[in-house]
Amino acid sequence: MAEVIANVEVAPNIFRLKAAGAFSGRMGQFYMVRAWDRYPLLSRPLSIFDLNESGIEFLYQVTGEGTRLLSALRPGDELQLEGPFGNGFPEVQAGARIALVGGGIGIAPLHYALRNYRGSDVYLGFSQNPYLTENFEAATTGKVLVNVGGIVLEQVDFHAYDTIISCGPEPMLKAVQRKKLETKSEADVYVSLENRMACGIGACLVCSVKCLDKRRKACADGPVFLAEEVVFE
Amino acid sequence: MSDMTCSIAGVHFKNPIVMASGTFGFGREYGSLYDINRLGGICGKGLTLNPKEGNSGFRVYETPSGMLNSVGLENPGVTAFLREECEYWAGLNLARIANLGGNTLEDYVEGARLIEEDALLRKTSGKQAVDMIELNISCPNVKAGGLAYGIKTEIAREVVRKIRQATTLPLMIKLSPNAEDIVQMALMCQEEGADAVSLVNTFSAMKIDIHKRRSVFDNLYAGLSGPAIKPIALRMVHQVSKAVTIPVVGMGGIQSAEDILEYIMAGAAVVQVGTHNFVNLRAGADLIDELQILMEREKIESLDEIRGIV
Ligand SMILES: Cc1cc2nc3c(=O)[nH]c(=O)nc-3n(C[C@H](O)[C@H](O)[C@H](O)COP(=O)(O)OP(=O)(O)OC[C@H]3O[C@@H](n4cnc5c(N)ncnc54)[C@H](O)[C@@H]3O)c2cc1C
Ligand SMILES: Cc1cc2nc3c(=O)[nH]c(=O)nc-3n(C[C@H](O)[C@H](O)[C@H](O)COP(=O)(O)O)c2cc1C
Ligand code: FES
Repeated sequence: MAEVIANVEVAPNIFRLKAAGAFSGRMGQFYMVRAWDRYPLLSRPLSIFDLNESGIEFLYQVTGEGTRLLSALRPGDELQLEGPFGNGFPEVQAGARIALVGGGIGIAPLHYALRNYRGSDVYLGFSQNPYLTENFEAATTGKVLVNVGGIVLEQVDFHAYDTIISCGPEPMLKAVQRKKLETKSEADVYVSLENRMACGIGACLVCSVKCLDKRRKACADGPVFLAEEVVFE
Repeated sequence: MSDMTCSIAGVHFKNPIVMASGTFGFGREYGSLYDINRLGGICGKGLTLNPKEGNSGFRVYETPSGMLNSVGLENPGVTAFLREECEYWAGLNLARIANLGGNTLEDYVEGARLIEEDALLRKTSGKQAVDMIELNISCPNVKAGGLAYGIKTEIAREVVRKIRQATTLPLMIKLSPNAEDIVQMALMCQEEGADAVSLVNTFSAMKIDIHKRRSVFDNLYAGLSGPAIKPIALRMVHQVSKAVTIPVVGMGGIQSAEDILEYIMAGAAVVQVGTHNFVNLRAGADLIDELQILMEREKIESLDEIRGIV
């Protein structure tokens, strides 16, 4: 149980939620979140947007019933959090050239990643109004490229980086995979998947991801996978 | 303290709370969240003789007070289970139930035989890992076998008979709510020597994406579980427990201690909790505490007092 201290609409249907408490979590990990008793049944997976001694933050888009209920939270309300879950983003060697590529609400986990990847270049793709780009500019010493209405991936030179990490809608992640293969880039390219989840801890197999060698669990083995490993169904 | 213990075919349950197959992995994940040895028992993820990939596409969809799943029995196969999970199971202090599924009669029988062989070996070395087999003749998410066995009593009879011959372990048959006649099905299991029946598995159900004009599931239908099914499941447990003399294990939509008492009053020996494990990852521990309190409040000294009272 955590207390909501802020829940602000930063763009139409995009909310930034902060809850107080001592939470842990590495970049790229997520929490199973709920702010209701029994219905809807399942908790919603949300990536860590920010985390410090005073609390944890999420950035979420209202897309359905669960996120709609979250958007109604007021300071003082209670939030249930289970986590952190998932493998998170990889550790990289000092001096590695890193690109973070986010599409839409997929930018959420990239913000927290910048705490570790201070010098990364960040590519943010939005279909309409961009939001929180200034937070990204403040969080990195690298460049921040914002693309609205186009295809942000076109701006990323896959040969200019040692590690590329992407998070966004599935078509974008498929395109990332394709570009990695087509450019024969030597970069380690990662995708963070958003499969539907029920337990979040590896017990139910509803989040199963087909990979080249076998099936893995998005919640426990992922959500971060090497781009070429995933077989998009 | 009210007495919550129970026994089925010589297997002891500390309390009537057993975790349902497919919602609890093999216990490890929840074991890192609370002491699962407090539970009455666990049913492992459904096993088939050979490893199974499960279904493609969406595997979960929420409905008002329920969920549809289309996992399709993804599992590591019986051999990998015996190799990789039994050491862990051997160290647990609760009723350990292996859930066995299959596509063909031969697969079912060979799966049961392997579990039996392993159990006998482990018994001699004092490291028993499986106390009971739950035979799943009822998964709606696999095409061949699966549901077909679960619907027709006379087709199911052969599976039950052959498995009974293949194992000396206590045997519980998990029934499908999609069965043509669930009472006949349960009576058949009793005739063929089953030690218990458990019910129900998920209801065959559907969700259509109107924009794409297709089912959201690659496998077309999926299995409905959760509170939405409880009233129907409860009625089936009641009917079956009035008809058979072997223990009946009840499940479907349990979310509270009150729900558990309803099932016991309908005649269930113990109950299983499935979907609720996703709603509350510590559901097992919480339900045990709540049931203890509720029984005391209701002045119920033991579950035997109220079992089948309705
Ligand atoms: C690891 C992970 C991290 C995520 N991080 C974020 C984040 O930081 N910010 C954010 O806005 N969104 C994030 N998502 C997506 C978010 O979980 C869904 O948007 C949300 O669950 C939708 O819930 P709903 O009740 O509003 O939608 P509904 O459509 O009413 O939900 C119905 C069901 O579908 C599931 N679902 C629907 N859309 C998605 C989706 N895109 N991904 C996964 N499950 C979905 C829901 O969990 C629920 O079980 C993340 C998803 C995953 C798997
Ligand atoms: C995700 C999921 C996977 C399941 N897998 C199995 C399985 O492998 N074998 C089985 O016998 N039942 C399986 N079931 C059915 C449950 O064990 C249980 O019978 C059903 O969910 C009804 O109980 P509930 O309403 O408490 O969830 C599964 C259910 C769910 C939700
Ligand atoms: S959500 Fe249950 S295994 Fe991943």
